Amino acid sequence: MTMNRETLINSILGLALVAVPLIALGMDEPFIITLATKVAIFAMAGVGLNLVLGYGGLVSFGHAAFFGIGGYAAGILASHALNYEPIMTWPFEVEGTTQMIVIWIVALVASALIALAIGAITLRTSGVYFIMITLAFAQMIYYFAISWPAYGGEDGLSIYVRNGFPGLNTLDPISFFALCAVMLGLAMAFSAVLIRSRFGLALQGARQNSQRMTAVGIAPFRIRLVAFVISAMITALAGALYADLNRFVSPTMMSWHMSGEIMVFVILGGVGRLFGPLAGAGLYIILEHLLGSSFEYWQLPLGVLLLIVVLFARGGLVGVLAGERKHA
Amino acid sequence: MPEAILSLSHITKQFGSLLASDDVTLDLRAGEIHALIGPNGAGKSTLIKQIAGELKSDRGDIHFNGQNINGLDAVARTRMGLARTFQVSSLMPEFSVLQNVMLARQSVSGKVFRFFRPVLSDASLVDPAMAQLERVGLADRAQMRAADISHGERRQLEMAVALALEPRAFLLDEPMAGMGPEGSKRLTGFLDGLRAQAPILLVEHDMDAVFALADRISVLVYGRVIATGTVDDIRGNDDVKRAYLGEEA
Repeated sequence: MTMNRETLINSILGLALVAVPLIALGMDEPFIITLATKVAIFAMAGVGLNLVLGYGGLVSFGHAAFFGIGGYAAGILASHALNYEPIMTWPFEVEGTTQMIVIWIVALVASALIALAIGAITLRTSGVYFIMITLAFAQMIYYFAISWPAYGGEDGLSIYVRNGFPGLNTLDPISFFALCAVMLGLAMAFSAVLIRSRFGLALQGARQNSQRMTAVGIAPFRIRLVAFVISAMITALAGALYADLNRFVSPTMMSWHMSGEIMVFVILGGVGRLFGPLAGAGLYIILEHLLGSSFEYWQLPLGVLLLIVVLFARGGLVGVLAGERKHA
Repeated sequence: MPEAILSLSHITKQFGSLLASDDVTLDLRAGEIHALIGPNGAGKSTLIKQIAGELKSDRGDIHFNGQNINGLDAVARTRMGLARTFQVSSLMPEFSVLQNVMLARQSVSGKVFRFFRPVLSDASLVDPAMAQLERVGLADRAQMRAADISHGERRQLEMAVALALEPRAFLLDEPMAGMGPEGSKRLTGFLDGLRAQAPILLVEHDMDAVFALADRISVLVYGRVIATGTVDDIRGNDDVKRAYLGEEA
């Protein structure tokens, strides 16, 4: 079987993500490992958004809310565990935890419920209205986090010891990177399976022509709502990892800047391309690191690059390297 | 008289001061092709939209399979077996020709929320979809993007999608539009046989096709049905001649 060009590009991207931190380990450069971890986490947040933005054609400008919900799941549970204060005592007692697996489950459930509520309202709109209403909901959650003193309010919440994962020393940079990379891989594999399934066909159909969807007897709303919820869950999982990477969570994770950044990963890398978010997040972090260290206004060239991608290379980085997408 | 599969009674739709559908009463009986003709702006497409459930009627009732479907939306009406095609092809441009038909099969199967099994190797969707493509003569285009096939082929694909829904009635909105004489002739032959599968409400400007196919014709002028009858009735009707057919008749 001959490998098509996109598969080749994807393999290179995947290999680079694994090789760079391994080389950094050999050269004793833990900071590079941290950067690679950040790429993996951001890419995962982008994989979540890509599901609705790329495959569903829904421009959500509020995904930072879900990223932040994941982050706060980690922060809140860990802080209660470290203070030995139960989260609630009535009607039954709920303790905090420093186990990532429990935190992830809480992040998934919380983000799913909130996405279900937000999606049920926002998905009745489309176009610019959808963008603005998702933004509005995210801002509501952002301001709620700021004004909630129990968990640090504007100052955020520190996680003093990185949460644990069975059999792994999560404080060891390369181990934590491996964990994040595996999670990213799982999210991407899940996403790949999803878009090839019946549900994926319907989701991509709803993006292209909702009149036709209706005329074949499939209501686009329910398809989009399920996609929105799954998308939020993936982004929330990335948020939980991000809080653990920084050992800190604050409302900044939920700000509209963050929503914009997640969107930039997807657009820069390639909207509706499986490896797009990885390419985009990688490029973003490389630019931030290379330019940001010497040039205070590094986002200016980033903006120009984004403009070029939007105007001339709709398929983003993956599109430029691998050519136009064949039919879904 | 065969039973009416679809019947409209006193269907009315007003846009501001314009009466787009004016007290329309007509039915579609098992096994027939009922053509709906009329000058541009007569309200033919508006009526199709009302039947399909894309547009709410101000007044009147629509019965389908013996059930009042006034309260059902377009999705529910499709699922009950009402398949429509569009005057301007409405397809999934980025999907392959095959995927366009598979989506319809997926809807018929009732199993859309399946997340893991790859759809393109799902024989329960691929095989019946290919069968419909063969029927309309598009099998050799199956793997092409819908955006890349010719206009005439897109019209054929519209038909294949409607066929794949295995409907109990077809609503065809100008299926010949923009087709060459050769294509029109082929489609005329195809529709001729199709009425045995399910009755067809046919909106069409191509009078050769209408006169060749229709069991009955209704003439719509300014939203109002001015005549319903057989081809000969309509050809001989003075009102119709004056209002619509002009020197053509």
